Amino acid sequence: MTAIAEVPIETLIACHQCDALHRAAEPPTGGKARCRRCGTVLIAPRRGALVRVLAMAITVAVLMLGATFFPFLGITAAGVTNESSVFDAALAFSAGPMVGLSIAVAALIVFVPLLRMLLLIYVLGPLAAGRAAAPQAAWAFRTAEALRPWSMAEIFLIGVAVALVKVAGLATVVLGPAFWMFVALVIVAVLKDGYMCRWSIWQALERSAR
Amino acid sequence: MPVVDLAGAGTVGAVTGAVTGAAISARDAGLVACTRCTRVWPQGQARCGRCGSRLRSRDLHSMQRVWAWWAAGLLAYVPANLYPMLRTHTLFTTQENTIVGGAVELAAGGSLGVAAVILIASVAIPVGKFGAIAFLAISIHGRQRHSGHRRHRLYEMVEFVGRWSMIDVFVVAILSALVQLGSLVSIRPGPAAVTFALSVVFTMLSAQSFDSRLIFDQTGQEQDAA
Ligand SMILES: [Zn+2]
Ligand SMILES: [Zn+2]
Repeated sequence: MTAIAEVPIETLIACHQCDALHRAAEPPTGGKARCRRCGTVLIAPRRGALVRVLAMAITVAVLMLGATFFPFLGITAAGVTNESSVFDAALAFSAGPMVGLSIAVAALIVFVPLLRMLLLIYVLGPLAAGRAAAPQAAWAFRTAEALRPWSMAEIFLIGVAVALVKVAGLATVVLGPAFWMFVALVIVAVLKDGYMCRWSIWQALERSAR
Repeated sequence: MPVVDLAGAGTVGAVTGAVTGAAISARDAGLVACTRCTRVWPQGQARCGRCGSRLRSRDLHSMQRVWAWWAAGLLAYVPANLYPMLRTHTLFTTQENTIVGGAVELAAGGSLGVAAVILIASVAIPVGKFGAIAFLAISIHGRQRHSGHRRHRLYEMVEFVGRWSMIDVFVVAILSALVQLGSLVSIRPGPAAVTFALSVVFTMLSAQSFDSRLIFDQTGQEQDAA
């Protein structure tokens, strides 16, 4: 243990969950540094994480664009066919007083996840290239982090699975290309979150700002 | 005053066994921590110099917001269960399903697993969440019988699991977009879809407003987790 007065303030971090004060120290690559009081992972650096997270964010953004425009699901019953894109699902509530819900659903499953990826690309692009951080990069990363709980692509996918079970008895279901793109983007997005060490990115942003 | 090292961090190996005292909070050290980027600053600073977030050592007003969103969420949850979530129009009939009604029908049709998913996401999680947030909000006042760690684990679960309640809203969205086969069969969303979505959003905001650091303030003397 060290007395606080001896430690420079920029080398201290406090757990965001419980406020316990620690001396920041990077664990070995691939390891995790946890809060001593509540166990929250505070630092978890990975080798080449910047470039990988950037690549994954670009992948997710491109897949998201594709997934919105290609046909997502189709059903056929008694010769009648109907196709639906991800956008159609969001717009399902657009009739009458439910418009607000349509906008919210579109935001939760398409716009927020996409915006998060674009912000991450904006923040990580220059850092991964070894250049100075982009203007307002701190704001962009903070916003991307704040949007995290509102990005619900993976929850939408479970919803799709449930809906398919409900429809299965009613009609024949065809999975469109957008469906597979959406599955892929959810997998990449989850992997990306596991790879991203927020502390390391904040450190990199702070270093580049000086 | 002592500062502890992070558990599992590189330089700490040798120290781990030696750290026997409880962790101190940034506030006790005369510092204010940024909850967004974990940097600490001298107490009294208004904004984080690294990420720009507003700094508040403890957000006591947050409890009012917690309760306000909590009540709004509960208020929206009641009609969400009373009104239909789905309306299925076929050639001659119109069938309306509430959340629970839809799950029961699924179960009767043999899809027990999917019925369970709906019941967990739309009933068990929201109800559990109302209880958990209320318990946590009350527990920060007065003496505590439950350890900070247990309550913190509960808080983490509420934050992690709460979003998943949105499943049923998405199910309704997909069904309403997909099942449009003219006069044969068509599905339309019911009013409960709106109130249920609102209820999920409000309870998420309630949980986010909760300042989890308050949980540990009374139990500061507790031994560390490691
Ligand atoms: Zn902690
Ligand atoms: Zn900050």
